[in-house]
Amino acid sequence: MEYFTPNRRGFLRSAAAGFGYTAFAGLAAMDALRANGKDNPLSPRAPHFEPQAKRVIFLFMQGGPTQHDTFDYNPLVANAAGKHSEMELSIGKQGGKILAPVFKFLPGGESGLPISEAFPHLRKQADDLCLLNGMHTDSPAHPQASIFTHTGSVTFVRPSIGSWVVYGLGTENQDLPGFVTINPPAVGGASLYGSAFLPASYQGTRINVAEGQDPVENIRNARMGFEAQRKQIDFVQRLNRGLAERTDGNDQVEGVIQSYELAFRMQAAVPEAMDLSTEPESVRSMYGLDQKETRTFGTQCLLARRMAEKGVRFIELGQRGWDHHNNLRKRLQASAESIDKPIAALIADLKQRGMLDETLIVWGGEFGRSSYEQNDKGDGRRHNNRGYTMWMAGGGVKGGMRYGRCDEHGVAVEDRVHLHDLHATILNQLGLDHTKLTYRYAGRDFRLTDVHGRVVKEILT
Amino acid sequence: MRLAIALATTFALSLGAPARAADSLSPEQLDFFESKIRPVLATNCYTCHSAESKTRMGGLSLDTRDSIREGGQRGHAVVPSDVESSLIIGALRYDGALKMPPTGKLSDEVIADFVKWIEMGAPDPREVRVQQVASTIDLEQGRQYWAFQAPRKSDLPTVRDRAWPRGAIDQYALATIEGEGLRPVADASKDDWLRRVTFDLTGLPPEPAEIESFRKDDSSQAFRRVVDRLLESERFGERWGRHWLDVVRYADSVGRTRNLPYPVAWKYRDYVIESFNADKPYDHFVRQQIAGDLLPHGTPEERVENQIATGFLAIGAHDLNEPDPKQFEMDVVDEMINVTSRSMLALSVGCARCHDHKFDPIPTKDYYALAAIFRGTDVRSGLRRRPRFNAGYFRTQRLVELDGMADYTTADADEVRAERERLWTSLVEAEKARDRNKCREFARALGKLPIPENLAMGVVDTGKPVAMKVNIGGDPHTFGEPVDPGFVQALFAADADLPGIAKGHSGRLQLADWLTRGDNPLTARVMANRVWHHLFGKGLVATVDNFGSTGRAPTNQALLDYLAVQFMDQGWSVKSLIREIALSRTYGLSTRFDRSNFDKDPDNNFLWRANLRRLEAESVRDSILLVSGELRTGPPPPSPLNTHDRNQQLNTGNQLVRNWQAKPVYRSVFVPVVRNLSNPLFEAFDFPEPSETHGARDITTGPSQALYLMNNEFVRSQASTAAERLMAARSSDRDRVRYAFQQVFSRDPSQQETDSAVRHVRSTVRSLPSETPSATGSAEAREWLLDMLKAALGRRPDASEMDRAMEFLVSEHPDADASVAAASSVFTTSDGKFRSNVANRMFSQVTGREPDRAERADMGKRIRTWRKNDMKSAAGNRPFIAAAASPEHEAWSRFYQALFNTAEFRFRN
Repeated sequence: MEYFTPNRRGFLRSAAAGFGYTAFAGLAAMDALRANGKDNPLSPRAPHFEPQAKRVIFLFMQGGPTQHDTFDYNPLVANAAGKHSEMELSIGKQGGKILAPVFKFLPGGESGLPISEAFPHLRKQADDLCLLNGMHTDSPAHPQASIFTHTGSVTFVRPSIGSWVVYGLGTENQDLPGFVTINPPAVGGASLYGSAFLPASYQGTRINVAEGQDPVENIRNARMGFEAQRKQIDFVQRLNRGLAERTDGNDQVEGVIQSYELAFRMQAAVPEAMDLSTEPESVRSMYGLDQKETRTFGTQCLLARRMAEKGVRFIELGQRGWDHHNNLRKRLQASAESIDKPIAALIADLKQRGMLDETLIVWGGEFGRSSYEQNDKGDGRRHNNRGYTMWMAGGGVKGGMRYGRCDEHGVAVEDRVHLHDLHATILNQLGLDHTKLTYRYAGRDFRLTDVHGRVVKEILT
Repeated sequence: MRLAIALATTFALSLGAPARAADSLSPEQLDFFESKIRPVLATNCYTCHSAESKTRMGGLSLDTRDSIREGGQRGHAVVPSDVESSLIIGALRYDGALKMPPTGKLSDEVIADFVKWIEMGAPDPREVRVQQVASTIDLEQGRQYWAFQAPRKSDLPTVRDRAWPRGAIDQYALATIEGEGLRPVADASKDDWLRRVTFDLTGLPPEPAEIESFRKDDSSQAFRRVVDRLLESERFGERWGRHWLDVVRYADSVGRTRNLPYPVAWKYRDYVIESFNADKPYDHFVRQQIAGDLLPHGTPEERVENQIATGFLAIGAHDLNEPDPKQFEMDVVDEMINVTSRSMLALSVGCARCHDHKFDPIPTKDYYALAAIFRGTDVRSGLRRRPRFNAGYFRTQRLVELDGMADYTTADADEVRAERERLWTSLVEAEKARDRNKCREFARALGKLPIPENLAMGVVDTGKPVAMKVNIGGDPHTFGEPVDPGFVQALFAADADLPGIAKGHSGRLQLADWLTRGDNPLTARVMANRVWHHLFGKGLVATVDNFGSTGRAPTNQALLDYLAVQFMDQGWSVKSLIREIALSRTYGLSTRFDRSNFDKDPDNNFLWRANLRRLEAESVRDSILLVSGELRTGPPPPSPLNTHDRNQQLNTGNQLVRNWQAKPVYRSVFVPVVRNLSNPLFEAFDFPEPSETHGARDITTGPSQALYLMNNEFVRSQASTAAERLMAARSSDRDRVRYAFQQVFSRDPSQQETDSAVRHVRSTVRSLPSETPSATGSAEAREWLLDMLKAALGRRPDASEMDRAMEFLVSEHPDADASVAAASSVFTTSDGKFRSNVANRMFSQVTGREPDRAERADMGKRIRTWRKNDMKSAAGNRPFIAAAASPEHEAWSRFYQALFNTAEFRFRN
């Protein structure tokens, strides 16, 4: 009773001995977990079927990156350039003069996949990319669409995809969070990595990467050794379990209990995982850590690789500033430059370590842009949720491939993939059936994809 | 409840207009313009001053009739029939500072043509095509939306359990609870209720004496007495003022790209706190903030307060590096529209800047009607955009002068005044001479002088007539139809009798009147809902900053409307509203779980129980300080930003700010909020991003919170102080445990908890002597050591390297354990020379190998640079080795620290 191993299973057994495990019986979270035969919410769980990927790295580009000037080579747009046109969005009509791509597209790799000249490094990885050119989603407003991208719902507070994944699979490394989000964008706030009704231990752990700032603060105790601290935490947890009992297993209290076990273990694991100084100079420079433009996102990408190696299940990297209403050429160039080299390095690095096959990389924003120019200035584009591009790499997805097509307005017309389909596909690659990954709440079973979603089999190896 | 509006927004370009202007010109006028004026403009001016030019220097375009009259940064280039006011003439004549074109003066003949042209009334056929933005928003239909109709008290609903309600609030609440097939749980215990209400009203836990006295008070007035006592406490304003500061995006720096300090923002902050303490009627509070400078006033103090209140409009986040002055002006206007509409109306009017609001009946025209009001308003933030020649961002002239107050009241007032005068004159001269070095020197000196005491952030009317036109697509250079100042149309009937805005007035006063009219459907509702949110953890409208159609529908509209009307009826008294809610039975429910209720309403939308609430960042910090006995009440002396160089940006790791954030004596509300600079505790506990309205905070639970409470030196040192006081105040273990439980949890420990706590303390005492000290350095020393080792090794050291370095330093120098400065001095000889052999030996001991030649050279270079900076560090005279506490003291410190780490401390029932 005085000393628990950091292992959560042991912890609960001790709890059972001391304060009565049945105290948790009222807790919906624990019900669901026990129904799965698991008592540690973070321990690895068997997927529904043989998975292609073990983990996800989601590169979230907030603002609605334009597809026309990046990854969607569409001659229809170039041919119709200058023509006035309009289309219907969910919120009304939108129209204007069609603007030709502001960057040239060039073939990349052996597949010759066309990628804009703004991404010279990624173009070299073209044979690993699967471009989804027929994406569509529900809302053309930033906060709503960002939340929708992460939770599959705009109307209600729902768990984010990372939380669902860790709920479904647990995580491989009990000393690090299962879901890490590095530099999440502000729009959409904590709901982009929140666990909503899922137990709080599935919430994403936020890490900030900025120059001159420690990414994780207070990671070490200046006075107590691990053993003394463990004793201290055992005492805290005894008091916590008392409260959990009095509040009938309140989920937030349970979340605190979990967070202490994780925090304790993180003290040893995190400084090591975050210490990029052990990376050789060649690797640091490959990710662009030696250049101002690429340093921040390069650091994020390199951290992602290290966390992937250590078994973190869902890693999200955030990047802002893709809302190019004006100064499209200049600003897109800058946005592209800041991620191009780092992401290319991430793909190459995972590949050389033999990890790309088991890591699903997903790139994209909350929506895309229409082909119309903004304000007659020919240097900006408007929001568009009816057609956009995301891409995937690794994790059992075909490389050097395009799937889906937009018309001259930028509306997805062929091989369309709705965001729910994308979610279903991501889960599928992890060995999870999106119709079976459910959580009972408020009297019904909830899913990430609600009643929608189709696995896009066409793009799978 | 959702609103269906026809939302199609059509941008119809009306191309028929250009003929009109030309039509009204006589052939002679047209000929004069085309032959004498246009060619000159096109040849000499358009390169820099047209919509096509890249730069649009000075924000000036000369290529359309509108833009030449509108002018640029300096004012109107052309005023028809008024040669004196037409800036273009002075520029052409080369008789002022502004000389145009810069390539050389044009001939006298050409200048005479321009004079003649302006005298003719500046006939100009260059009318830009007016883009009509046809709005298809149906206002009549939009007005039907629930939130756009004035709140009305409905009849009290009938309830089955008639004995349950204590008053109207309970009656409304219970009707809904019953209607949903739920049953309210039991009332909270007295201890729980006291903890809840004390946190809710003051942000602090009750003290043990207060707990004891409330327990003893059996009278029917016991609860009311507590609520009254808390409402009277100054801690009330510090708590509720902070709620308002969340809503008005309060910060002590401008943020964005050039993060300069707002050195006197605190005056607005203190005004907010005092307003809540004084129970200022909310309608008056709103009026002061929107139009305090224009309000009538009685006493001189009232006048000053009114002026400070307008700081509300001035403390926004602005991009001081915005190159386009028009864009900057409209961004500042936009910022004011956003904060006003979201804080007071819970509407996002800002969405209508570029297009009709997509979800609510707010046409673009409404946005520009408000823009017209704010554009006639001069925002005095103290900062200016893109200063030239390094002449500094900060200008005391850009602040509001408070009426009837002296600039300096200190003994050296005359000297300071004279110095200011001297520096200012020098700066102006240096600016004229375009001398960058001198400018920087004088600006810096000026920026360090004390700010006159009679200055505050705020706004004044420009007094200039504003011709506002719709900015098509939000572009400040593309104009649509003209718009008069006005309000959000959907919020009043088409035939409503609205206050008129006279020419030459901004209209802010009328805006303030309109916001606080009894028939404004939102102002009272939104505030009543905010109050409810802070007392229950969730608003009756859950989206507290969004009452529009994308927000959540009210869970109990009858109750919300009752509160709103009651609020107005009681003279907009926030305290009365809080008192009524806090004394309701609904508020006093326990947080007890109930299976059958939970299955029907797991989110507790219908209030069948109280919500378990997470403490905000401020309450976590302030409670720790209260328990340790270190908390000092009341506002601190002016923030350090007051003496910070006001032309120096506040960027990452600014030591000044960090020191102040760590200063553990004042309540958190008084800690400066610096945009873009996070405070670790605040960040971990979901302090909102201070550039936008945040009426509801995120609630997250994660390991970063645990890490903070487990490892941060602040928590540790406060626990130690608390332990010291506890040991003096109570002598037996059991009494100590009981007292600490009361302090931290507001309750007595159970028998079992007492036993377990005493066992924990005793076992800690026993184990302490044998515990290996994994680190003995003081917090300052560890920080210093980390920096030094980073410099020495060129990378981050690991924990054991830190320990070895510390050992090395202490063994190296007889006094090295005395202070950080002494430890630091091992690297230099008494005459300041660098001792490379010491650095090399340290390297060997820390890494276990000798440094090679290149490493030696690098390390020497880095340590020398680091030493140079280190000399400026404030940590120098702090102890290097933390003083060892007695095992007894250490054990009780750890006991307190453990309590601060519990879920029960972070949540309240």
